[in-house]
Amino acid sequence: MTNRVLIKGVEAVALGALEGGCDCYFGYPITPQNEIPEIMSVELPKRGGAFVQAESETSAINMVLGASAVGKRAMTSSSSPGISLMSEGFSYLIALELPCVIVNVMRGGPGLGGIEASQGDYFQAVKAPGHGDGRFLVLAPASCQEAYELTAKAFELADRYRNPVMILMDAILGQMKESTVLKKLNIKSITKDDWALTGAKGREARIIKSLFLDSAELAERNLKLKKKYEQMEKEVRFESILDGNEEVLVCAFGSMGRIAKESVLKLREKGYRVGYFRPITLFPFPKKALSSIFEKNNSLKQILVLELNCGQMVEDVMISVCGKAEVISKFYPPSVLPFPEDIEREIKKCLRKVYFVSPKV
Amino acid sequence: MKKAKNYKIEIIFSGFGGQGILFAGNLFALAGVLAGYHATFLPVYGPEMRGGTCNCTTIISQTEIASPVVKEPDVLVLLNLPSYLKFMPRLKKKGLAILNLDLIPEEVILKDDKLNQGKRILKIPMNSLSENIGYPQLANIVAIGALWATLKPFDKKYIEEALKKMLKGGKEGLLAPNLEAFKAGIEFLAKEKTK
Repeated sequence: MTNRVLIKGVEAVALGALEGGCDCYFGYPITPQNEIPEIMSVELPKRGGAFVQAESETSAINMVLGASAVGKRAMTSSSSPGISLMSEGFSYLIALELPCVIVNVMRGGPGLGGIEASQGDYFQAVKAPGHGDGRFLVLAPASCQEAYELTAKAFELADRYRNPVMILMDAILGQMKESTVLKKLNIKSITKDDWALTGAKGREARIIKSLFLDSAELAERNLKLKKKYEQMEKEVRFESILDGNEEVLVCAFGSMGRIAKESVLKLREKGYRVGYFRPITLFPFPKKALSSIFEKNNSLKQILVLELNCGQMVEDVMISVCGKAEVISKFYPPSVLPFPEDIEREIKKCLRKVYFVSPKV
Repeated sequence: MKKAKNYKIEIIFSGFGGQGILFAGNLFALAGVLAGYHATFLPVYGPEMRGGTCNCTTIISQTEIASPVVKEPDVLVLLNLPSYLKFMPRLKKKGLAILNLDLIPEEVILKDDKLNQGKRILKIPMNSLSENIGYPQLANIVAIGALWATLKPFDKKYIEEALKKMLKGGKEGLLAPNLEAFKAGIEFLAKEKTK
């Protein structure tokens, strides 16, 4: 009998974290992700783990840093404004090469914004989680099942690359309930014996630091991190629906990806030549995969990028497509959630452009 | 009771905050999951005030569900007048509407004769029926009874199982009244049919 349940996206994240071997949770409450600390506060003590509700997001992320430095699987979760408060800590975690999992259930911004669903933190997550030349590995689930599986996997990936991994999702996925199979996942544990600060008795002392006043040493440090980000290319994940005959490709991630998928499937059923591409890793962005779709298919002339923000991922799409097709950005700010019917209309507009090029006057 | 391979039903529940709208939507989705369906339950999300309207979207499907948001649902379960005014125009052409006759005046429904043409409309005095069994707060479960009896997407036992799961932690005493309200919804429709 499979363990099939009806749970919220944020509950799936918490259960995924437990499956991924999370030892410690530190956080500060904020809507719409409070079910994560709620579950962790009950479950972690039972398993010999630690749960602390910190006095602020700034402390929470530094507690994550401490737990990670001594070799524990640590995590935090928050929503947009809370994530911004943590950004100094993010930069230090990257610099110190400390693994951890950070969950951002985005809400509308900027500033305190509102609690509506949004994908407005794409740039923050993907380009610059903190100051300096640092990156997160960013995973964007689109279903409760994926939220469960990716969160568990995130702990392994964080340990493998000694780098923070972010789960980036929005309030629709976070607060929606969906049938989810809580299957046993094969999450590997990766030894930290060679770097964790576990007490220097019987071995040489170790220092984990982010200050490099020697300029050559600092440059070397940056290049080492850069190399690590390149290695992360192995982890690229995406979902696609393609048969090689498409004229328009629809690209969206997270909740928006699901709504778009509904429209694409409906139109394909009616014979429209439209394909679907959903990046699951936002960093590294599936550039090569996206680019090769256009190399293989000459009839593909346009890519429609849909986002619940004012146009962010579209820039990564432009870099990937690199002039091989026209990139069209259709964006929806917080609280303007489109229906699949609205997306169908946008896709049809693109297809009409392919068929009838307006005559030059 | 076995449904076609591509069976999929999209339902919007709506009413006042406090009428148990989210409970009803969640219950139906959970029963669907227990019966082996894919299901999504999307509560309306955003700042709400007491006495305001509240709605949720439940989908149960034999195949994987892509979009959890629905513009034109197959079924509406509407418990008050503002919900009727808001959602009725969005119902699918041959859709089904289960309306609370106690809070949606019949003359309002009749006035929309043209708009409602081709749609199946069930008018049920949900508040009166729940008051009759002594639990005025269970109009939502009367609605679930009517919804289940009309669609029959799964065996009745899954609603009972779902209720048991949802009424845990000190609420076990409410199981019997809920089952009674569920039955009241089914029986009302059965009586209407024989009339």
